[in-house]
Amino acid sequence: MSGVEGFMYPNEIELHWSVLIVLYPYITGLVAGAFILASLERVFNVEAVKPTYRLALLTALSFLLVAPLPLQLHLGHPERSPEMYFTPHSTSAMAMFGYVYLWYLMAVLVFEIWLDYRRDIVLLSQKTKGMTRWIYTIMTLGSSNISKRSLHIDERVGWVVTLVGIPSAFLLHGYVGFIFGSIKANPWWSSPLMPVVFIFSAMVSGIAGVMVIYMATTKLRGRKIDMRCVDTIAMYLFYTFIIDFSLEMLDLIHRIYEADESFRSLDFMVHSKLFFSQIVLQIGLGTLVPLILLGLTQVAKLPELARKRIYSFAGALTLIGIFAMRWNVVIGGQLFSKSFLGYTTYKMSLVTKEGLIVAVGLTLLPLGILWVLVKLLPPWPEDHATQGAAAD
Amino acid sequence: MSVFKDAGHLFRFAGLFVLAFIVFWAIRGYVVPKSFGQYGHYRGNAIGEIAARSVHFAGHDTCETCHTDVLDVKKNGKHAHVNCEACHGALAKHADDPASVTPPKLDTAVLCVRCHATTAAKPKGFPQVSAEEHSTGLPCETCHQPHSPAMVAGGAK
Repeated sequence: MSGVEGFMYPNEIELHWSVLIVLYPYITGLVAGAFILASLERVFNVEAVKPTYRLALLTALSFLLVAPLPLQLHLGHPERSPEMYFTPHSTSAMAMFGYVYLWYLMAVLVFEIWLDYRRDIVLLSQKTKGMTRWIYTIMTLGSSNISKRSLHIDERVGWVVTLVGIPSAFLLHGYVGFIFGSIKANPWWSSPLMPVVFIFSAMVSGIAGVMVIYMATTKLRGRKIDMRCVDTIAMYLFYTFIIDFSLEMLDLIHRIYEADESFRSLDFMVHSKLFFSQIVLQIGLGTLVPLILLGLTQVAKLPELARKRIYSFAGALTLIGIFAMRWNVVIGGQLFSKSFLGYTTYKMSLVTKEGLIVAVGLTLLPLGILWVLVKLLPPWPEDHATQGAAAD
Repeated sequence: MSVFKDAGHLFRFAGLFVLAFIVFWAIRGYVVPKSFGQYGHYRGNAIGEIAARSVHFAGHDTCETCHTDVLDVKKNGKHAHVNCEACHGALAKHADDPASVTPPKLDTAVLCVRCHATTAAKPKGFPQVSAEEHSTGLPCETCHQPHSPAMVAGGAK
């Protein structure tokens, strides 16, 4: 049989979870990471990252809206998926995740964005005309009160929402790790460290994602990149990355030292089927190279242009590396037999429902949504300042 | 109360939540079957519906009331504990009306290898063959009597 080496049980030959299930934790991770970056400014008062605060929130929302789509496309009967909400079972991790998702979407992200933008929305509903005026008027929910006191209340409530949002973001992505980590029949997944590793890798990808998006959009708009801001983000990225890498290595060392009955099989897989995606892409290019580059910016005084290039390059590599990590978890966990005597191959289709083209489309879709959101709710610091002046 | 006046927009947002919850609850009430949860995490009426389905399998006791000759061959062989319908398929209709419903003739070249093709997953003691090497595609019954395979039909195994 092509693509099968050694012995596979019949139900292990074809992979059940495709590239779309790789995208699902990747996209969810970007949401959690982007939100945590936004919370730095709000809760921890890191003034330097303020220029990316709103962009990070909108990025998180764009990706969160797309997060369930890979799952829907994976389902044979997507129309049945709302049943998970209507009749949830307490033992279903996926059903509980559905509620966490809704909570995070509505009670945290949408609410926080609405609170933060409320003054702008009210002003825009008065300034604009036609269709856009209607959109902004609906978004005001019929309240045009932007008095100092009401904005102060928004500020306080927004702070509480962000505070609640941090554990919610951890819960959101921790749950994705939990879903894999709790599959005790699969030694590649079954690890209590899985949710923690997922959370930290989510933070890494989200911070890198927002940093790259901020630099790209600022460049495209012909504005000057706030170096104090990207230097600070890069610093947080570096430290979070170190924790993430340490946790992943801890997991690896633990597996090597424990060397249970699955170890020889998994070790062989890492050295053969997963060598490129795990050793080369995830650990080498996706982790060590960005860590060295980011570390260099922390210890050496580099000129602005060099730092910009390093941040863009390291950010892009980080995003590829975290995608490779999700790939190795999801696809890697299905390549070996439970008999530990054989391996199968994942052959990605091109134009099917779970093929490459759909996967690329789903990766680009959040950027399209972000473009619309940015047009509707400009996150740029200079716009904020202008409108603030207009309100005063 | 200026606090309530200045926080009025927050109540509007909370109102959205209440509205969404009411809509959710209304849809839930409409789409979730009334008997859901009656006995457990499933539709209670499903039990009655399943029980009302027609029976497809006659059961080996029914087969043996007529096919005593087969039972005599089978009872001392290796397939003594393999139920008739495991190979012949569901035959309740035949049992109800043996004259007009005739079971299809089985192709043993296809049927036997479903259980007896060699794979590493089966216990070592289980009889298993690579059909191409063992019989070059000939029907198994050329040499084996399916109802008691240890017996040799046609002289050679």
